Amino acid sequence: MGVAKYVKNEKDEVQDVILQSGIRIKPLYTQKDLEEVGFDSEKDLALPGEYPFTRGIHSLGYRSREWTTRQYTGFGTPKETNERFQLMISHGQTGLNVAFDLPTQMGLDSDDPLAEGEVGRVGMAVDSLRDFEVAFRDIPLDRIGVGLTINAVASIMLAMFQAAAERFGYSKDRISATPQNDILKEMIGRGAWIFPVKPAVRLIGDTIEYSMKELPRTNPVSVCGYHIRESGCSPVQEIAYAFQIANTYIEEVLRRGCAIDDFVRGFTFNLNVFGNLWEQVAKFRAARKLWAKNLRERYGAKDKRSLLLRGIFGGGGYGMTKAQPENNIIRGAYYALAAALGGAQTTALCSFDEAYTIPTPRAALLSLRTFQILMEEIGLRDTVDPLAGSYFIETLTKQMEEKIVEEMKRVDEIGGMIKAVETGYVQREVAKQAYDFEKGVQRGDLIKVGVNKYTEGEEMEVELHEYRWESAEEQIQRIREVKRERDNRKVFQLLKDLEEAAREDKNVMPYLLECCKAYATLGEMTKVFKDVYGEFKEPSIF
Amino acid sequence: MEKKIRILVAKPGLDGHDRGAKVVAQALRDAGMEVIYTGLHQTIDQIISTAIQEDVDAIGLSIMSGAHLPICEKLTKKMKEKKIDDIMVVVGGVIPKRDIHPLQKMGIEGIFPGGTPFDESIKWIKEHVKPRF
Repeated sequence: MGVAKYVKNEKDEVQDVILQSGIRIKPLYTQKDLEEVGFDSEKDLALPGEYPFTRGIHSLGYRSREWTTRQYTGFGTPKETNERFQLMISHGQTGLNVAFDLPTQMGLDSDDPLAEGEVGRVGMAVDSLRDFEVAFRDIPLDRIGVGLTINAVASIMLAMFQAAAERFGYSKDRISATPQNDILKEMIGRGAWIFPVKPAVRLIGDTIEYSMKELPRTNPVSVCGYHIRESGCSPVQEIAYAFQIANTYIEEVLRRGCAIDDFVRGFTFNLNVFGNLWEQVAKFRAARKLWAKNLRERYGAKDKRSLLLRGIFGGGGYGMTKAQPENNIIRGAYYALAAALGGAQTTALCSFDEAYTIPTPRAALLSLRTFQILMEEIGLRDTVDPLAGSYFIETLTKQMEEKIVEEMKRVDEIGGMIKAVETGYVQREVAKQAYDFEKGVQRGDLIKVGVNKYTEGEEMEVELHEYRWESAEEQIQRIREVKRERDNRKVFQLLKDLEEAAREDKNVMPYLLECCKAYATLGEMTKVFKDVYGEFKEPSIF
Repeated sequence: MEKKIRILVAKPGLDGHDRGAKVVAQALRDAGMEVIYTGLHQTIDQIISTAIQEDVDAIGLSIMSGAHLPICEKLTKKMKEKKIDDIMVVVGGVIPKRDIHPLQKMGIEGIFPGGTPFDESIKWIKEHVKPRF
């Protein structure tokens, strides 16, 4: 697994096609192939909106509702980011997906020495509730769902979001937040982890349990096969690992005595779209079916809403290239097509300049227009799951399903995802494949236009987003103001209460909410957790 | 026997995107070098002390966040202070063209933006880095 391969003969005929998931594609598919893989249209397909949901989670697909568009957005100060949110919404974007800078993702305040050079660079800087009050000003939070791309400190940011929304007058049962909140994938790829595996998973359990009781419209976790794929795994492993991660979080909540049907409908998934078009579409269809089966058979879920795999299918970052960057506009359009044919509820695209830095407004709007053209111009809303019944797609969907199940078994044999991550099993698997893939591209097994073929022509110059050093100064200024104006004695006491709650294994969410309301900073709250939980040590994988 | 080049592959700062660092570490190892990988979230001081402890011939930084200029400046300055500036520093990651000259001015010659073929960076390192004794 790991490397896709196209073998041609001297007459340029395609002799052999092997997908990244290791499945060999035949030149022709007929009814016989469906029989060979044991395809049963009642059991494997059924109707859209019906178990096992291979054809989609809604009976009418995009006819009843188009997808939500949520470009990953955020840079500099909360004020700059708020302006960009407003721009995207005024151009028809229907949700938000907030990008935080690295200090925020790592639980550091902007004035921390370790934050130097990074404040506001790859996302918005956030230190306290004051920043959220600026970032979400004039955003209709009862209508616009907000994705918070944050993991290690997702519990803190969810509490801060609730505090901000309440300050704007939105009651907690009307707001819809989707914190990414998937720490295990951070430990496999992406790397924004802080606390050790077990307390980190505990914190996720706290947010899920709290949301179940207090924030009915919030999706407390978005499990990301996406970043594991970006780090090198195959589409099959992307789903298998995501499901095993989700199962870990499920078990953390079940352990507390909650019933599966009371909380699991808040789970969503974040999945990737680059690579072979058919492989991605079959992946999404197989994933929907397996998730429903997983919930019903492994956890005995009964409520239909518990069985639905809802997700953001998008991004495609690793498919984008630095070479000939304008080609990424075209790639993005095809990736979005894969998401639509795969039945995505929500989508986002990496913009064409993102191999360089975060996108300019022009690039971000082009991504948004790509979705709008797909949905409103070329007929993607016409009928639900248009590829259903294709000899090829149904065969491939069955084959993907089988491979995902095998890969999930491998993780079960190791003893589950916590163990697989603590021992570095998944990280090793992913790193090895990333290397094989890169060698494959450098050898030319897999064509990347502009990278290893059609490299001629003048270099394309693109206009790039400029980092503004002043954002850091402004942010540090703001944190000083906040600390001057707040009731420091109260903050000190609330942080002590938080520490006690964490030590006693109480659900920390209500304590975080109080801290946020009193303008405790992200860094202060994170420090409490670091003192109680310690920090994650990466397993050595070489 | 010829002494192998010892190289420290380092991930400085807060950025956690380590696909590139891990891929390059494997490629350098396959090219016959001894590779030590620091893991994520390393401060400049940590990188310097690992480099001294492991007695490496070169440090390869992988930076994807865009903060390569401040990070490299800090590192090269501290290396001079510690008198270990005979260790070669190379850098890879998301490095735009306009930043190549400023990096060269800090004394960093081996610059490998994302997508550089393995052969090219390995050849450069083998030509420019000599095992120290």
